[in-house]
Parts: sequence; structure tokens; C-alpha cells
Amino acid sequence: MNIYFGGPFVTNDLKTTPLYNACCQAGGRMVDFHGWLLPVQFQSIIAEHKAVREAAGMFDVSHMGQIWVEGKDAYPFVQYITCNNIKKDPSAGTYTHMLTPQGTIIDDMIAFCLDAEKFLIVVNAACRQEDFDWMQKQSTRFHVTVTDASDRYGMIALQGPQALEKLETLLPGIGALPRFHIQKVQLFGEEGYVTRTGYTGEDGAEIMLSPAAIVKLWDALLAAGVAPCGLGARDVLRLEAGYLLNGQDADQTRTPYEAACGWVVKLNKEDFIGKPALEKQKAQGVKQKLTAFELKGAGVPRHGCKIFYEGQEIGFVTSGTFSPLFKGIAVGYAQAGLTPGAQVEIEIHSRRIPAAVTKTPFYKNRV
Amino acid sequence: MHNAENSRYAKTHEWAHMEGDIATVGISNHAQEEISDIVFVDLPKVGQQVTAGQNCCVIESVKSASEIYAPVSGEVIEVNTALNNDPGLVNREPHAGGWLFKIKMTAPADYEALMDLSAYQTTIQK
Repeated sequence: MNIYFGGPFVTNDLKTTPLYNACCQAGGRMVDFHGWLLPVQFQSIIAEHKAVREAAGMFDVSHMGQIWVEGKDAYPFVQYITCNNIKKDPSAGTYTHMLTPQGTIIDDMIAFCLDAEKFLIVVNAACRQEDFDWMQKQSTRFHVTVTDASDRYGMIALQGPQALEKLETLLPGIGALPRFHIQKVQLFGEEGYVTRTGYTGEDGAEIMLSPAAIVKLWDALLAAGVAPCGLGARDVLRLEAGYLLNGQDADQTRTPYEAACGWVVKLNKEDFIGKPALEKQKAQGVKQKLTAFELKGAGVPRHGCKIFYEGQEIGFVTSGTFSPLFKGIAVGYAQAGLTPGAQVEIEIHSRRIPAAVTKTPFYKNRV
Repeated sequence: MHNAENSRYAKTHEWAHMEGDIATVGISNHAQEEISDIVFVDLPKVGQQVTAGQNCCVIESVKSASEIYAPVSGEVIEVNTALNNDPGLVNREPHAGGWLFKIKMTAPADYEALMDLSAYQTTIQK
């Protein structure tokens, strides 16, 4: 059997986060994730999943990107380069997609308004450079400055029903921050930001601090009994919660409508990049759509597994896993129009296993 | 009764323990630690012919699917049905109750080609 998921690595070839040593000390098994050396797991994926669903867990997400958009036109600029209607109430965040002129997805991101002339955009690690280059290119018509501040921050996602009470001990009052909002904080003598967001389907916060201060936060949370968690548990949690993984469930060949994210597209908004293409697609309808499946037999659906409906191959799994709560779950592109309950088959190791179309989220989140 | 010491090993991390012409097969403790969180074992069928070094069943962990290679050739005569309800047994007792299947060997020389425990341990990358 093939048991290794990478390693040992020549760390010179890979980027490390400020929490690399802390993760190694906590027993993290480090793997190459889009060029970053990050922990896939500590104790066990199932134990870490349980910690986040029932108590509190933390993830090193320092590889994620932070891009500042500042200047007189900051708000119209962010509105123009993304498809959701961006909130401009100070401290409000908006989940949105940045699209090509063809309406396909460059990246998904959260845009936080600090004030009408200052936005912090948190983007995926794998797209960070491309996102920044694209924003820079689009910014020439606007009075804005776009700055990639990713290297200034380490970032921890603290997630779970006990996440906020753990954070309260370090930042009294932080529990009053509303969902999807941002707050500037002072922690360990340094300035940073806390957002009440996450990628797990649980309540919690994401904390951005200087590389030195983020290590202190990790140690403090570890001492408070927060479980260190890896990419393995993160992927199970996000799939249960129905969150898209850009680069895997969506890319520059898929529009938000195809990626089952139509709610992110606000066609009644003024002009934005990709709008005409999406208006056209909305009128015509999509051929394929990201669809959720729950396996009815034993097995674990994985990326690339074929999907069959009435004996015909209709698509493939983009993300699949074993969920401790729901067993085999998957999302994949299939012909549009399949309704929840429709019976399909997913091919796993040359065997077709029955599955049913279902709705996301699989996990009815508390947030 | 099989244990880590009295078994022999393939470089692909399967172990075999021979009694007469019957080999009991499992995966090493090191292998279960690496893949962790085993959630499903797709066992071979009783009566199935297997060939040394070739894929004969699949272990699914949360993280990945791992193909198991038969360490010796022969016919599968028994599978560990306890794993259908408790696949985690492979994690907890890889060298005892978490065995996978038994092979009636056609070529006992296959067994001699496997490594002993200390030779196997020197092959494990750390």
C-alpha cells in the first residue's frame, strides 16, 4: 500500500507560516499544500472534527491572503471587481466572488469594510498572487491603492461552540462582534483584526496578527485547551457545511451559477466584471451545476469519481469525503435539474455505489 | 497467534504470518499510523485468487484510499468480517484483531522473500 502523503520535505522549496514550528511541536504532520508546508492532521482527523463540532479547535490559516484596498474609490472598486453587493457599513463583511469578463470564478473571498475608503479582502492562499495582480490591473481606472499585506499577518481560525468563550479570556467583549463583522484589536501589544467568520459551519473567529504575535496566540489557545486541527479535518468540516473550495469545486471554467452560488450574484447591482456574461447565462440556464450527494452504500467518494444517472455518465465528483456525521458525502458537477432525492450512482474503485442527490449544507450549521 | 515479531513484511507495509500453508495478512502499525482514521475496508472475496505484489483490496481512511497488495500468492479462504462493523480495529490492533484476510498459499517461497520485522523497520522513512 502507498501510505505517504508527502514528506520528508526540503523546507527550502516550500513556504512556511509563522506557526510552522508551533505546528510541528504540537505533532502536526506537515504536507505540501499549494506550495505551503502545513499540517494535514495532529492527533486524528476524526478527533479534530469532533473537537470543532463539540468544543473548540484552531487551524493555522496564515497562508491565506490579505489584500488592502484603500482610497476614495475603494467601495465602487470592490463593487466593480466582485459580483455580490458589498456592504459598506463599517465593520461589515461580505462573501463574494471575483470573476473574469466571461463570468467565471477567479476566486471567492470576504471583503470587510473598515470604512468607505478602506476594505480588507481575505483571499485563498492558492490564488493570492493572481488575485492581487488582477486587482492591480483593474485598479488603474479608480482612485485606489491595492496592497498585498499577506506577509504582514499570521492567521488562526478558531472554530467551535466554545471558540468565542476561549477568545473572550484574551479579548474581553469579543463575543459581541456580530457574525461576518470585523474588529480591530490589540493583542500581545500589537494591532490586529478579528473577524467572526470561518470555514467549518460552526461559530468562531479568525484572528490576524503579526507573525510574532500569532505564535503567542497559538500558545495561549493551546494552553486554554483548544485542539490544534489540520487541513484534513478542515476539508471534512467545510464540505459538511457546504462551502466551496475554489480551485477544486470551482475555477475559471465555472460561473457562480454553475457552482451553485447564484445567491452571490447580484445582477441588480451596477456594472461589475462578468455581469453581461452572467445575465446571458441566467436567461439561458446552466447545463451543469455543482450538486450534492449522499452515499447510500459503503465507501468514500473522492475527487474524480464518476457520477451516473439512469445508467449514463453525467458528471464527476469535485470534492468527496467520509463525514463522521453523514458517512460518504460529495459534491460534483452533474447535469442541471436533478432534484433532491434523485437516485444516482457514484463509481468508487470500479464499483457503482448508490447515492442520492441532496441539498447543502449537509450539516445544518448553528451559525 | 500472529504478532508484529513473528510476521514478515512487504516493503509496501503489508505483513503476513504463516501457519502451515495459510498466511494471515494485515497492515503494519506504521502504515495504520500514517493513514490513520480508517473508516472502511473493502475486503477481497473468499475464493478470490491473489498474486503477490498485486492490488487485492482497498482500505479507506478519511484522508485517502490505499490499495493493499497481497504479500503472497494464493486463494483467499477467510476475511475478517469484524472489520465490516469496526474498521477502526485496524488502527487499534493492526497486528492482532485488525488482520484483513487469510490466503492459502500456492508458492510458500513468496513468504521467504518477505522481510523480518527489523529489516522492515530499517526501510521505514522517518
